[in-house]
Amino acid sequence: MSEIRSNVEKRRFRGVIVITGLSLFSLLYFGFLSPGKAKTTFGFVLNNEWVLIKEWIIASATGSKIFSGISLVASLLAILAYRKRIQVIVPVGVASFGILMSFITWAASGKFIPLTGLLQGALLLAVPLIFGSMSGLICERSGVINIAIEGQLLASAFVSGVVASLTHKTVWGLIAAPIAGAAISFLLATFAIKFSVDQVILGFVLNVLVIGLTDFLYKKLLVPYQNTWNTAPTFNKIELPILSKIPILGPIFFSQSIVVYIMFAIVASITYALFKTKWGLRTRAIGEHPTAADTVGIDVNKLRFKNVMIAGLVAGVGGAYYTVGSVGAFGKEMTAGAGFIALAALIFGKWSPIGAVFAALLFGFADNLQSTLTIIGVSIPSEFMLMVPYIATIIAVTGLVGRVRAPAADGIPYLRGGSH
Amino acid sequence: MSLELRGITKTFGSFTANDAINLRVETGQIHAILGENGAGKSTLMNIVYGLLKADSGEILVDEKAVNITEPSDALSAGIGMVHQHFMLIPVFTVAENIVLGHEKSGKFGALDIETARLAIKEVSKDFGFEVNPDAIVETLPVGIQQKVEIIRALIYEAKVLILDEPTAVLTPQETDELLKTMRELKAKGTSIIFITHKLREVREVADQITIIRRGKVVGAVSPQTSEGELASLMVGRAVDLAPEKVKHEIGSPILVAKDLTVRNTLGAAVVNKVNFHVSAGEVLAVAGVQGNGQSELARALINLEDHIEGSILLDDKEISGASIYDSLHAGIAFIPESRELDGLVGSFSIAENLILDLHDQAPYANGIMLSAGVVMAEAEKRAKEFDIRAQSVSDAVSTLSGGNKQKVVIARELSRPVKVLVASQPTRGLDVGSIEFVHERILAERDAGRGVILFSTELDEVMALADRIAVMYRGEILDIVDSNVTREELGLLMAGVAAKKASA
Repeated sequence: MSEIRSNVEKRRFRGVIVITGLSLFSLLYFGFLSPGKAKTTFGFVLNNEWVLIKEWIIASATGSKIFSGISLVASLLAILAYRKRIQVIVPVGVASFGILMSFITWAASGKFIPLTGLLQGALLLAVPLIFGSMSGLICERSGVINIAIEGQLLASAFVSGVVASLTHKTVWGLIAAPIAGAAISFLLATFAIKFSVDQVILGFVLNVLVIGLTDFLYKKLLVPYQNTWNTAPTFNKIELPILSKIPILGPIFFSQSIVVYIMFAIVASITYALFKTKWGLRTRAIGEHPTAADTVGIDVNKLRFKNVMIAGLVAGVGGAYYTVGSVGAFGKEMTAGAGFIALAALIFGKWSPIGAVFAALLFGFADNLQSTLTIIGVSIPSEFMLMVPYIATIIAVTGLVGRVRAPAADGIPYLRGGSH
Repeated sequence: MSLELRGITKTFGSFTANDAINLRVETGQIHAILGENGAGKSTLMNIVYGLLKADSGEILVDEKAVNITEPSDALSAGIGMVHQHFMLIPVFTVAENIVLGHEKSGKFGALDIETARLAIKEVSKDFGFEVNPDAIVETLPVGIQQKVEIIRALIYEAKVLILDEPTAVLTPQETDELLKTMRELKAKGTSIIFITHKLREVREVADQITIIRRGKVVGAVSPQTSEGELASLMVGRAVDLAPEKVKHEIGSPILVAKDLTVRNTLGAAVVNKVNFHVSAGEVLAVAGVQGNGQSELARALINLEDHIEGSILLDDKEISGASIYDSLHAGIAFIPESRELDGLVGSFSIAENLILDLHDQAPYANGIMLSAGVVMAEAEKRAKEFDIRAQSVSDAVSTLSGGNKQKVVIARELSRPVKVLVASQPTRGLDVGSIEFVHERILAERDAGRGVILFSTELDEVMALADRIAVMYRGEILDIVDSNVTREELGLLMAGVAAKKASA
């Protein structure tokens, strides 16, 4: 009775209990009930990086037991930490990792799992999500809801593909993409800020508009005249000297196309700018309490407009990743809902740039794990695997993330004297 | 610096909020602007501060006309404002709030917060404030938040400081402190425009008083003017400042709360083990500065809070833990703190709002159908009885004035068989006429032998209506005192100083 636990804490405890339960389950199911005497092989080498360890081979049941064991110990530590009111995030992180590895060891029994490749693929799948969530972040921190991330990504993917095809230059594709993203932003900003249109509906309409438009042009232009309109070249990988040689991390982070490096730079700049500069202070102010910002002489709607435009540019680069950044040719609705996942990553990441990046990486990893396991021929239906990132999100959001608070003025148009 | 307004007029549609207002504030003068809610004081100040644009008229600073269309114009003209609803970003630190709008950047665009931190410390020292530049604003008491606003105005060298209803959120002690600060500012040559409807404060601190009624200046008087005179100028007719309270026998306890605790969603006790009772024919006032648990306690009495511990006995029956529906029908009438948010459904008609609580019972309900005729007839009857002024009871309740909205709430709540009336801030935001009506109704319920629990932050109201006064401070009832207590004693209690611990 004397100890009062807040609801948030109670929820966190539920999360810890769920993790403990999952550890036990994985120990039993993947470890003890697993029939497989087969061995699981983990690969650690992808390119020509320096080799620390090439392969690691372990009997799948034994491996699962080890990882589940680690997870169980970490879960118990988390419970202990909760009792002692210490942060539970580290043991919970370790436990989750253990459960995941236990699962992989079990699922890939008798197969070869390229671990480095798995992580590299996760990053690649996360790239558009990260660009998208940065776009959403800048908008929502300023108080404008951006549901149109999907539309921004798709429009800029289309434009960059077409421009790069026509000019035969990847660079022009990369330059054109942000302009397309900003064009969608212009519509969003104009209607949301100037005309106070409901931002959720507006964003949705913009998505439908872009999907319809690109579908139409794809069918009428890109398919029949593919040779001129849809043969975009792609950027080469740039291997950063020395850095790309680091075992495991090197091929994941430092052997990528220019778009990925731009992403690193953008995330770093946004983080710095949002929390350390005048622009950031003002942006956060208009997203929290626009009237207060107005009374100290900040033009709320002008800054919101500007920020929505910047967000369009950022999302645009993400769109370019789909074409000139990876496969070249534009495909119908090739963003496939990434804009909405990006939005989820933003919320999951509590409207912080670093949080959103981690969330996007998690989604990317789950997505890639699913396709990797499907490719190596694991007997779980891929539809179930596709659910994994979302189930993980629900567990994380209900239990472990804690209080999620959107910017207070998010989605509310600012009209001076509006409270009158 | 002197400030002069000439012929300021502002209309919203067909409504004239300010009608050719003239006003002159001399250098180093405290100029009070007195008026009822909705008289146009805030509109006028928002025009001076550039948040609204006047239809006509001009603003002169030191005899020179200035063009103020944006708050930044006002700031550069030397006009600062402390708003009624603080203009601070709750999640920012004090220093970040002060810097906002006046940022200076260093290398790589890095914000300079340090200069502001030093300036805050300097001003705090000058005026004896205790303000930590690194505290997050939302964690600070309102009194301190207000000081942050004043510090901001001073740091940016405001020569004319507008204080918009600054004492509404303060304890009597904090109010005294503020008045002292105002005098210090005046001594340093700052001109102050002090907007309020509290007569006592005006007479204490002002050098000159301008009274506004319905958008017009109706008087410019000296602070020696009596309170009665000021009130009648404000309202436009003679006002009875103290309602008549007949002495009568008080019955037996009808509602008893024992060890009542209310927790918020974070699990903290916002009401902490309070014990009190109210008897038939008695008004128990719960006084205290806003935010000390009164709202939660009021809501807990009809089980509107989620985490309630302890017991509430109504006529010896336990109602704690009952549903809201059962609590209401057990005989509690509830006037919520916000009539717009919790008391009424704005888009529903007056008639519909009047039967929100009884819509499922005969005679209003007939099986699964509503009996429209009965509902309308009943509404007409009650509109007459409670003097609800509307063109038709079919009008949406949102079209009514605040006073009439409150009458709808009261009419509905008193139409059930009631044993106890719980009224939470029942006169907040009402004009003097409606306040008189509400006060009379509350005393009528008391005289009819019901128990009344009145939650109010207005000291005058508490002292005029209560038979006993419970003072809440940080979720606890510090003391329950007789209504013949002095303002000073009450003020001390509200500030958390227990004069004499109540013998339980």
